[in-house]
Amino acid sequence: MTTFQVLNGLTFAALLFVVASGFTLIFGLLRIVNLAHGALYLIGGYIGYTVGVKSGSFLLAGMAAMAGVAFIGFVLDQGLLRFVRGNDLRQVLLTLGVAFVLNDMALVIWGGDSFTVPIPEPLRGAVTFFGIFYPKYRLFVLLVGIILFILLWLLLHKTRLGALIRAGVDDAEMVEASGVNIRMVFLFTFLLGSALAGLGGLMGGAFLSLYPSADAEILVFSLAVVIIGGRGSLAGVAVGSLLVGLLNTFGQVMFPELAYFVIFGPMAVLLAFRPLGLFGKAT
Amino acid sequence: MTQATRTLTIGAIAVAVAALLPLVLSTYQVGLATEVLIFGILAMSIDILAGFAGRTSLGHGAIFGVSTYVVIYLVSQGSSPVFALGMGILASAVVAAVFALLAVRTSGVYFLLLTLALGMIVWGICLRWTQVTGGENGLRGDIRPAILYDHKTFYWVVLAVTAVISFAIWRFVRSPFGLTLRGIRDSESRMRSLGYNVPLHLFIGFTVSGFFAGVAGGIYAFFNNFVSPSTVALAQSVEGLLMTIVGGVGTLFGSFVGAAAIITLENIVSSHTERWQTVLGITFILIMILAPEGLVGKVRALLGRVSRSKSSVS
Repeated sequence: MTTFQVLNGLTFAALLFVVASGFTLIFGLLRIVNLAHGALYLIGGYIGYTVGVKSGSFLLAGMAAMAGVAFIGFVLDQGLLRFVRGNDLRQVLLTLGVAFVLNDMALVIWGGDSFTVPIPEPLRGAVTFFGIFYPKYRLFVLLVGIILFILLWLLLHKTRLGALIRAGVDDAEMVEASGVNIRMVFLFTFLLGSALAGLGGLMGGAFLSLYPSADAEILVFSLAVVIIGGRGSLAGVAVGSLLVGLLNTFGQVMFPELAYFVIFGPMAVLLAFRPLGLFGKAT
Repeated sequence: MTQATRTLTIGAIAVAVAALLPLVLSTYQVGLATEVLIFGILAMSIDILAGFAGRTSLGHGAIFGVSTYVVIYLVSQGSSPVFALGMGILASAVVAAVFALLAVRTSGVYFLLLTLALGMIVWGICLRWTQVTGGENGLRGDIRPAILYDHKTFYWVVLAVTAVISFAIWRFVRSPFGLTLRGIRDSESRMRSLGYNVPLHLFIGFTVSGFFAGVAGGIYAFFNNFVSPSTVALAQSVEGLLMTIVGGVGTLFGSFVGAAAIITLENIVSSHTERWQTVLGITFILIMILAPEGLVGKVRALLGRVSRSKSSVS
């Protein structure tokens, strides 16, 4: 693989990290597998696109995408998931129903055409380094992924809230018994996780473009990341994203038509030895 | 009368009634009835895992569709329909065996996620491997043999196959092997300590389930004469699972009730609006919140309550 392709893999991994970290936070703490996560990504992208085109500001688009999707997450959690708490399977299938509704609603509002979120002026064009010519925007995505990793790490390991989230991943009942309102921690995590899907939609929408089945595609990649990395682990998401991002790029270069198949191999090998993923812990 | 003879009697009556349907239904409705039978088989194959092994699969739409793809591809390449059907079913069983190899060590949500991801990989391949699968346009071929061209004849043949398959699946889940699967569903650790090879049982159960899904997918190829990535898409798995759930997980023949309910709903909705996907999603959400035991189970529970209150009055 050339440096160019490695960079492509890394930037795709960074995008996967943004999307899948939200997914795994919710999965790890709330035990909810949010299959609407892909739909949240897509809607975040569409909101970002609309706001970005209307206002011309990428920052505003990002804030709108995150806030809009966090709001949908709020409605999903408080309006629907509250009825099926404690039952894993019903929760998953309910979010699947939500994914269908959201995807179809997005089709009604934004239609079936494919859109690309406008990239702000300073990030357009390419830079030259080590003799290669690489799009600035994709490097920006890589940077955002790294910054997000650091921020999430600081949040989880250096703040009280993070300590509560980590404690909640291990034993939510004990945290509640020690006088913490774990419901609020849960809600915050759900909103944060949803907002990250929205952010991912905006970031990805600018270089992968947005179209009606983009949500399913990103969901498969996120699932692969979480299956490889393990539930609720930040390091797991990072490693999983890198693996899936690089393998996918490698696959697209080597076997353009069967690229999907290439992420399947490592998942298979891994599951044979560690059914809960690289960093997964049994409950 | 034992439970088994009762089931068989009711089954025979149901088949006889179903055989008379084409005499009263319109051509279009016979087509719908055929579809109910095909998807009833798919829903039963999902129920083998969900109801009897405690594993909810979201990959069966893909397993089903693989057979559809293979049958249409082979027949349009000049193979005989019977050979193509056999190869289609074989392909589905092989795909199911591959899924099973990976998924047997997982359970609950992990099993669901893994089968979902695997099913999506099949979808991705069908979408991208344009040379063989025709990509987004899919494959079209007038593959139904001339003797089955009449919609009534086709319906009766499908009904006969469905009856045989239903009997086979019923025997399968009642066999010692099926009882072992139920044991695994109820307590995996107990079955393991009793000396049963749990992963092997799940592997065989999954492969057999995939075989039956392949039968449904193969018949669907002759019914539809067309296949596209939407046949292997997640929506297909979801619809199949929804039919199983609506019919009642673990009831087996409830699958046909579920298939009839969902297909009827789909047709009513589709004649009014293009938003079938939204209605499907909302149906799923409502069933999960209100009646996760399925409509059949819900009705049975309500009837039970009524008869109990009656008997308490008397």
